[in-house]
Amino acid sequence: MTIEELRKIAETERAAQKKFQHHVCVCIAAGCLSGGAEHVRDALNKEVAESGMRNEVLVKGVGCMGLCSAGPLVTVETAVETAVNTDVQMFASVTPEDAPEIIRSLDTGGATGGDLAAAGLHPCPTNVPFFERQKKIVLENSGKIDPERIEDYIAHDGYVALVTAITEMTPLEVIDRVKSSGLRGRGGAGYPTGLKWSTVAKTGEQQKYVICNADEGDPGAFMDRAVLESDPHRVLEGMAIAAYAVGAQQGFIYVRAEYPLAVKHLKTAIKQAERMGLLGNSISGTRFSFHIDIRLGAGAFVCGEETALIASIEGKRGTPRPRPPFPAESGLWECPTLINNVETFANVAPIVRHGAEWFARIGTEKSKGTKVFALAGRVQNTGLIEVPMGITLREIIYDIGGGVPDGKQYKAVQTGGPSGGCIPAEHLDSPVDYESLARIGSIMGSGGMIVMDETSCMVDVAKYFMEFCMSESCGKCIPCRAGTQQLHGILEKITAGEATPADVALLEELCELVRHTSLCGLGQSAPNPVVTTLKYFREEYDAHVTGDGCPAGTCGCGAGTRACRAETRLGAPGSQTSGEVTL
Amino acid sequence: MQTYVGAPQLPSDDKRWKIVEATARRHGREPHALIETLHTVQECFGYLDENALRFVASVLRVPLSRVYGAATFYHFFTLKPKGRHACVVCTGTACYIKGAPLLLKAIEQRYSIKPGETTPDGELSLLTARCLGSCGLAPAAVMDSAVLGKIAPQDILARIERGIHP
Repeated sequence: MTIEELRKIAETERAAQKKFQHHVCVCIAAGCLSGGAEHVRDALNKEVAESGMRNEVLVKGVGCMGLCSAGPLVTVETAVETAVNTDVQMFASVTPEDAPEIIRSLDTGGATGGDLAAAGLHPCPTNVPFFERQKKIVLENSGKIDPERIEDYIAHDGYVALVTAITEMTPLEVIDRVKSSGLRGRGGAGYPTGLKWSTVAKTGEQQKYVICNADEGDPGAFMDRAVLESDPHRVLEGMAIAAYAVGAQQGFIYVRAEYPLAVKHLKTAIKQAERMGLLGNSISGTRFSFHIDIRLGAGAFVCGEETALIASIEGKRGTPRPRPPFPAESGLWECPTLINNVETFANVAPIVRHGAEWFARIGTEKSKGTKVFALAGRVQNTGLIEVPMGITLREIIYDIGGGVPDGKQYKAVQTGGPSGGCIPAEHLDSPVDYESLARIGSIMGSGGMIVMDETSCMVDVAKYFMEFCMSESCGKCIPCRAGTQQLHGILEKITAGEATPADVALLEELCELVRHTSLCGLGQSAPNPVVTTLKYFREEYDAHVTGDGCPAGTCGCGAGTRACRAETRLGAPGSQTSGEVTL
Repeated sequence: MQTYVGAPQLPSDDKRWKIVEATARRHGREPHALIETLHTVQECFGYLDENALRFVASVLRVPLSRVYGAATFYHFFTLKPKGRHACVVCTGTACYIKGAPLLLKAIEQRYSIKPGETTPDGELSLLTARCLGSCGLAPAAVMDSAVLGKIAPQDILARIERGIHP
């Protein structure tokens, strides 16, 4: 496949799509799919066929449009010949019964929002902050292209970067471009991507691997799933460019088995790319060959840690090992291995295509580009968003998210999942970048962002995350295996209203111990939710301990009366009230 | 140490074992195919029993202890058969904040089963998921592959009843 051939496919596809005056796009990513989006698509297709508009209306299933809470979502794009811009109308909460009205609205053309609402539809304005404040790089095709057709991706400049890189650039030039773009790992730790690539490249000529970490284990995070479901080719292209840069021949995508749709789209995408000669042997007639295989995860959070992930691909229990040696020098089957997150790979093609300077202009001094977040919890608009680095938390929660619903008071936002922290109102104006979030005790993380209001008890939230880390601890090192159990036991005691101030002191001490002595990131970061809630919401801990009860009223009998406590002890099935240690 | 030549002995005439064997073969019967092969077993049979673990060990030439170790390490694998109907309650952060514990409590009380358990009549299994990724629909649950979003405790009980006794 040469660049000319690629351009030809793109032009053919664009011309084929242009023939249709109206493009009706139905979101069929997991969020909307669970709301019945497939039936909506079928109903729309049937309606188009019945009204004899097959040559004017194109109905296609596309990826995530972002506003998951209003799903299933449908957009209608009508090409207006005189105008530069096309006219886009979005509909929310669409049911199969709405199909006839939507198709009818195409005929009338300039129907206003009022007309549409009168017809029983839910028009959803796209000129609101939720859409306008976003900046899309990773998700630029998401919600626009059909993820199961490689032609649609190529029509949106897909694979241009790969073919350009392998035919016109040296591996070193590719690495330099990624380096000077300032791209950092999107899995959470923020290691400079270019630096990682050059470490692997420097290991000389031998068997090397590229691994895409799609084991998105954080509860409340679904960015990677959305990218894989909506635009799988973008990730494949990024991986192939990386493989060319570091000199790898084989790639693996380690994806959660819980994401069947993402797996399906990836498998389709790999087959299509192989058939077109964009993956496989001697790509674009060069000496560069690259194959990608999928490996399914099996539900172990620790496998997001790179050495545990490698163990899992090797068919073993997913337990981490001490580093160094880092995977960049000795990884999969002791070969140099490049591991990057889905979102990191998704940024690669645009950087190669538009140049490093373009990317470096977005974001802050040390954090370049954009970040995708899964915005959820007690916030008006929940869904998937992509924002430039440096945006403040307030802008995300109040402008894009629409604020806290039901007249409730904002309390905290949790970023980074079980490894992150809870950020209080006083830090809402802090910019979202790697350093700023670390300064206030949280982390960027992979992109989960959960908003909490006054009804959430912060001790209970800390306990929730500790319960998660406790059950996900792989058991290899003692500080994590026993420490998380002990921490959880103390938190249980506090929420049951049975703790004393000495327990809180012990909690703090133990947090430090677990953080500094655990083998891998899971244990090292497990205390973060406790540490940040202790730092910012100390009074809630105190209230539980001194017998004032749970301020949020969620810990049930929490620290209520004596009778209440007795009931908690007797009546709570399955609750572990003591910090028993199982070694 | 058990060695074999050629095609391994299938545990029974059940055709599904051939599918399992094919997965192992596709990966050259190398030990690193362990997790992929276990996935296939679970896909075909719904769970992993001792028979299956022994077969996988022999076909990939790895110790049974390693197969058992992997099968119990990963949450996705289950060694017990599931009930005829399964209700999965999402316990991800967003769902937790929005009331997933109440859903679980309601189901636990009505059917006297805890997460991971099946009713004695084998009708209903109660399961939890770390995150369904449907955070926009929190609290969410899945009843026999139908996703239920923004669901209240009484509604989920009604939905389960309808599932079990249509």
